[in-house]
Amino acid sequence: VCIHRVRSCSSIRFIKSKYVCVFDKSALKFSHQQRLLRTSAVSCGQIVQFKLSDIGEGITEVTVKEWYIKEGDSVSQFDSICEVQSDKASVTITSRYDGVIRKLHYSIDDIAFVGKPLVDIEIDASKGVASEEDVVETPPMSHEEHTHQEIKGHKTLATPAVRRLAMENNIKLSEVVGTGKDNRILKEDILNYLAKQTGAILPPSPKAEIVPPQRKAEAVPAAPKDKARKIPVPISRPIAFAGKDKTEPVTGFQKAMVKTMSAALKIPHFGYSDEIDLTQLVQLREELKPLAEIRGVKLSFMPFFIKVRHAAEPCVEYLQRFCQNLLNASHNIGVAMDTEQGLIVPNVKNVQVCSVFDIAVELNRLQSLGSAGQLGTSDLTGGTFTLSNIGTIGGTYAKPVILPPEVAIGALGKIQVLPRFNSKGEVVKAQIMNVSWSADHRIIDGATMARFSNLWKSYLENPALMLLDLK
Amino acid sequence: MVLQSLKNCLWLSCVLRTPKACFWSTAIGALIIQSVSNDVYQNLAVEDWIHDHMDLEKQQVLFLWRNSPAVVIGRHQNPWQECNLRLLRQKNIKLARRRSGGGTVYHDLGNINLTFFTTRKKYERMENLKLVVKALKALRPQLDVHVTDRYDILLDRQYKISGTAAKLGRASAYHHCTLLCNADKFVLSSVLKSPFKGLKSNATPSVPALVKNLFEEDPSLTSEMLLDAIAKEYAVQHQIDHHITLINPTDETLLPGISNKTKELQTWEWVYGKTPKFSISTCLNMTYKDSVLDVKVNMDVKHGRIEACNIDLPEQWLPPGLYSELVKSLTGSKFCPNETTTLVTTLLRVCPQDDELHSRWSLLCENMIRLM
Repeated sequence: VCIHRVRSCSSIRFIKSKYVCVFDKSALKFSHQQRLLRTSAVSCGQIVQFKLSDIGEGITEVTVKEWYIKEGDSVSQFDSICEVQSDKASVTITSRYDGVIRKLHYSIDDIAFVGKPLVDIEIDASKGVASEEDVVETPPMSHEEHTHQEIKGHKTLATPAVRRLAMENNIKLSEVVGTGKDNRILKEDILNYLAKQTGAILPPSPKAEIVPPQRKAEAVPAAPKDKARKIPVPISRPIAFAGKDKTEPVTGFQKAMVKTMSAALKIPHFGYSDEIDLTQLVQLREELKPLAEIRGVKLSFMPFFIKVRHAAEPCVEYLQRFCQNLLNASHNIGVAMDTEQGLIVPNVKNVQVCSVFDIAVELNRLQSLGSAGQLGTSDLTGGTFTLSNIGTIGGTYAKPVILPPEVAIGALGKIQVLPRFNSKGEVVKAQIMNVSWSADHRIIDGATMARFSNLWKSYLENPALMLLDLK
Repeated sequence: MVLQSLKNCLWLSCVLRTPKACFWSTAIGALIIQSVSNDVYQNLAVEDWIHDHMDLEKQQVLFLWRNSPAVVIGRHQNPWQECNLRLLRQKNIKLARRRSGGGTVYHDLGNINLTFFTTRKKYERMENLKLVVKALKALRPQLDVHVTDRYDILLDRQYKISGTAAKLGRASAYHHCTLLCNADKFVLSSVLKSPFKGLKSNATPSVPALVKNLFEEDPSLTSEMLLDAIAKEYAVQHQIDHHITLINPTDETLLPGISNKTKELQTWEWVYGKTPKFSISTCLNMTYKDSVLDVKVNMDVKHGRIEACNIDLPEQWLPPGLYSELVKSLTGSKFCPNETTTLVTTLLRVCPQDDELHSRWSLLCENMIRLM
């Protein structure tokens, strides 16, 4: 014993002073002794070869399939290092040490051998090391008391660094909720706990153990229910720190959008907005909706807006002759759709020959394809005009940006119930929607836009007019 | 949510089953659980959850589950190489990547899945498969079934009725296998055939095998009976009650964090992005105005994204500026038909408005997208 003490004293001298003063010296001596006994010659800054441990079933070699770390990365004990595969079994190799990765002995698809070095890790001596045996669920031995603590009959894992942090702040690990893998207590958990000390009681861990020790068997069935009642399910733990700024490259679809929008801004836009009284149209749609449903089609307001847009076309037609692309007779009205990737605009083809019902059918088809991510190139090209029903998400007035090579775009706000005066001067309930047009001022002037908008508005406010004029 | 899962599990009518409330109070030493869901992602998430959160030292687990039509690829496989993605999308068959190794399988309600959870030390695949064979023989003694060295179960010495895969973590491990009861063999063979040519990759390839349903051997067999028989054998071997606990993979109070796991399994980054690096070298045969063009395409795809792309077009077929725009935009974008479609159609907006140009562009892009 004397000899051991002498050894530990002499090695303490070599450790940098700042680490020594943080440690409770008695604890240091105790655990350090044990470490010296078990792990030979591991001191600060030493590079250890982490060998590939036994996979089981007599397997001697595996293929390295993925690295989770690279040279220079810091790892903590239990962090995943790599994924290897052997004969239909995929194995996650986790680190036994805290430290910095200094060397990867294999590249992807190389064959790695059990018992041979996998990575070299530079151990940070202040952080300590796990025993050389594989970390398994055995009852804690005395020297591991600092590393593992029994909480409510379950083992709680915490790396020596986390344990030290808890000690420094006089926190009992048993009171801290572990959110790491296997309920491991992470540094963030300690800091969260500190932050909450003055605030409300920390809610019990949402990760209830499903298999409690027998003595707790009665208590546990009740506990999850209680937890459900008490907490509004805080499954994701609150973020204690502000995130770091991240720079992400703009790729693929986003790049294309950048190009389109930059081109769009070269167009001199002017805006024109108006208010449409949709009371009569709302009524009409209510009547037609069940009929459409019988035919298996969902009828929204969009088919009306689209068909009427076409009807109002004559106003703008003579000006469209100035634009090459609009010489064709097909009016393909684009409908802006919000998807996971962002904005896509499939169009309904040849609106001029479609009935409102036909348009509704086509919209349904495009919507289901759009949400499944299966729209084809023909659905997404050839649009001559776009309508954006942003009102379904929210908003009243907007300033939409024209999608080249089109010459105008309309954004429809939400339908609101507002008080308005009728022809008799009485205040009535009206269903009001705002529309915001943007047009290319090189081709369209304000008066033309106003006349177009008025015509569009008149059809929608008096649906009976549609019967007279719509082809 | 409960009603939905009840609808899904109308086939669970056995008297021995009990609702989840008793999940943690029965069985010492081992536990048999069965999923009420047929959603492949939810069920795979349950496997992840048990692997990450349960203490298997005290209790081993047998998990029984079935999925509505889905193709499940192994951890390190290439979906483009393993199945007909176009057909999958057309037929609305889900694609999932599991965390265990091994090859590609087709799941439908006629196929049952068994997962044996143990500690790392007690990981023993052969024992598990022998258990299954024993259960089958107890049910139908005349069945000629045996376990091979490759951890397959063969019927009549030639037809594969079960495939195996495993996942080993730091302290726990699981071994899961399929069992073909009454799966749709026609759909199985058509979706597991990839039309892809010219794909070079180090991804784990699947080993195709002749398959047969147990139902074909003995029409009186049902998935229910097989599940029961296996559960019974497991119960006997682990000296526990023959008692199956139902669990709902959407129950966040029982399985905290499960919805995050389910979501992660559905992300593009996991399903496609985890594909090991591969390269494509193929030839597009495009018919344009009475002539057939042979266009060589070479692409390198890493993490599911196009790292490098080269299209060998006849000179001036597309204006050079436009061609370089296309290549620049494709580089870094996902090797995905949806992403590419939106990308190329958006790019088309800033092209000169020329019908000829548009039709060439559309032709080329449609062919490129067909590769994905």
